[in-house]
Amino acid sequence: MTSAPTKYAHYLADFQSLTQGPGSGAPAWLKDIRDNAWSRFSATGFPTARRGNERWKYTNVGPIAKIDFDLSLGPAAANGSKDLALSYPVEGPAVHDLVYIDGRYSSELSSPASGSSGVTAASLAATTIDNSFDLESQVGHYAPVDDDGFAALNTAFLHDGAIINVADGHAEKVTIRLSYITTDGAGPRVTHPRTLVVAGRNTDVTVVESYAGPKDNVYFTNAVTEISVGDGARVDHYRLLLEGEKAFHVGTSRVKQEKDSSFSSASFTLGTALARHDLEVLLDAPGAYCSLNGLYLTADNQHIDNLISIDHAQPHCTSRLKYKGILDGKSRAVFGGTVMVRPHAQKSDAEQTDKNLLLSQSAEVDSKPSLLIYADDVKCSHGATAGHIDADTLFYLRSRGLDLDTASRMLVHAFASEIIETIKPAPLREYLDTIFTAAIPNKSLPIASVR
Amino acid sequence: MAAAGNGSTPLLSIKGLTASAGDLEILRGIDLEVFAGEVHAIMGPNGSGKSTLANVLAGRPDYKVTSGEVLYEGQDLLKLEPEIRARMGVFMAFQYPLELPGVRAWQFLKAGVDASRLHRGEEEMSAREFDQMLKAKIEEVQIDPDLIKRAVNEGFSGGEKKRNEILQMAVLKPKLALLDETDSGLDIDALRIVAQGVNMLRSPENAIILVTHYQRILNYITPNYVHVLFDGRIVRSGGPELAHELEEKGYDWIKETVDAGV
Repeated sequence: MTSAPTKYAHYLADFQSLTQGPGSGAPAWLKDIRDNAWSRFSATGFPTARRGNERWKYTNVGPIAKIDFDLSLGPAAANGSKDLALSYPVEGPAVHDLVYIDGRYSSELSSPASGSSGVTAASLAATTIDNSFDLESQVGHYAPVDDDGFAALNTAFLHDGAIINVADGHAEKVTIRLSYITTDGAGPRVTHPRTLVVAGRNTDVTVVESYAGPKDNVYFTNAVTEISVGDGARVDHYRLLLEGEKAFHVGTSRVKQEKDSSFSSASFTLGTALARHDLEVLLDAPGAYCSLNGLYLTADNQHIDNLISIDHAQPHCTSRLKYKGILDGKSRAVFGGTVMVRPHAQKSDAEQTDKNLLLSQSAEVDSKPSLLIYADDVKCSHGATAGHIDADTLFYLRSRGLDLDTASRMLVHAFASEIIETIKPAPLREYLDTIFTAAIPNKSLPIASVR
Repeated sequence: MAAAGNGSTPLLSIKGLTASAGDLEILRGIDLEVFAGEVHAIMGPNGSGKSTLANVLAGRPDYKVTSGEVLYEGQDLLKLEPEIRARMGVFMAFQYPLELPGVRAWQFLKAGVDASRLHRGEEEMSAREFDQMLKAKIEEVQIDPDLIKRAVNEGFSGGEKKRNEILQMAVLKPKLALLDETDSGLDIDALRIVAQGVNMLRSPENAIILVTHYQRILNYITPNYVHVLFDGRIVRSGGPELAHELEEKGYDWIKETVDAGV
């Protein structure tokens, strides 16, 4: 039986409404997962920055813990929410759009897989899941709830969610767009978006996962994404955080890669009062390659925390990690990157960098890249920088006739473009380029002192 | 000094210019008049202040002008922001051109051209017109067209960077071009191409100040005047023959004559 300290009474009430309400018809294995997760959450609660908890050293989730968020259990309301769904055009026949409103799957706004054999793209709550796909062994397999209160809370509320499965050897390239949208509510809302992507052997899958919500509302998105990349498969993953300015977002992503697989991700963050993304990639067989890129642009009092870990568990794997931040106002960015090379993971090749451009004197960066290397025949490097616009570079542009503001904006855009350029689908690249360009503040920037 | 160019007003007139970097006084009283149509070579040993002079004229913020006057087309040049100087036709080819990762060469050049046009009260150039103009300039200065598709100077060799400066100069068509040791570090082929670019720009309407350490480039570009800068002052001026004399006798000769008070 579950029990919880009174401080989580609100979540307990919601949990009971779910398990006795819309979630009561779930299969036994799913009920077990939820019950177990609830036990974990009620035991661990929200993480604190207490001494020794390096994972939460610089990010205080007190503001999230304090608010009694509403869990929306009703059916998805579609009115007016379409505007927040991803609107850039995508080409190709094999595009599946799944839209979630306040945590619930909207069949009205979605256009999932239709009759394409070998591809499942559906809501967990829907009954159409392909029987040949063993959900039970996959859901929660990559993102265990043992040590993480947020993942546990998400899992306890597992009900809807995106289930993507591309069968072994499916030759056609598959594109999935997932839009998780929070709408205007009476009070602060919480959603627990859940995504599972299983890319079978030798498949080619693009996943665009986006989060959005009203500009001025306080709400909380607590997302978990699990991705399995099969032998020789390739997954391109785009994570778009376009939440409102008062939103809280905690995301946990877990990726497991098989032999000769490729995983490329690009993570973009705009808005959000407090954003945390905890990404772990397990290179679990030789020949796996991952490239993790990120770009965030913050202002005011925003706080963004990226905690990334790459585990070279097997030899002959390659990882590339490149994050960039543009910080304005009193915003703060935290970057913790860990590359672990296990003792027998010889011929590992890893590079990680975190670069930050400060647009104000009061923005702050805490960057901590680290390498834990237990093998001897490896090639690993890491680096982190934080600084203002370079005075010499700025003068070079001005000497060609560009005024200070135009030159500054051009350089900020150039800084961002290295990450934007990693986006492969042209329409998505142009869409993000447009919104990031628009978000570059129009003002005179502090300049790094020369010499 | 007789004016080779047309008109009686100099394009550039420098009087008693002193400038410092930090606490160090580098220019210690420069006087120079440059008329349209002229090419002036400024030579001097390392540390004599020749690069500083070019950079002060272009408006680099690292230097502080402590006294003197610079008139450009009759206007007080020193009061103007670097971008205004550029829009009015002052161009400096950098000694160490910077790499601009993420800045497309096309976008960079067009922004410069448009800034000058808007300054003159003209409209921005259409993308099509600009493309055609750029294509013609690329052929003129013999730069690899693929370099222009990349980010400005990113991963370019030293010679490619210098050639790109000449392309920028050809595109922006300055009235006063300042070449800050553009010839240094170039092999003979690159030097020839750079010199050709400079000669192409040369016209009765504009002037060029060629800052150089070596006489070598003057085999390809014949200046109207050669000035020797030493310890922040122009200590000797003359025609092209002065460069040959310098080549023969070396900068020590200048030092000796200055020390001897000649």
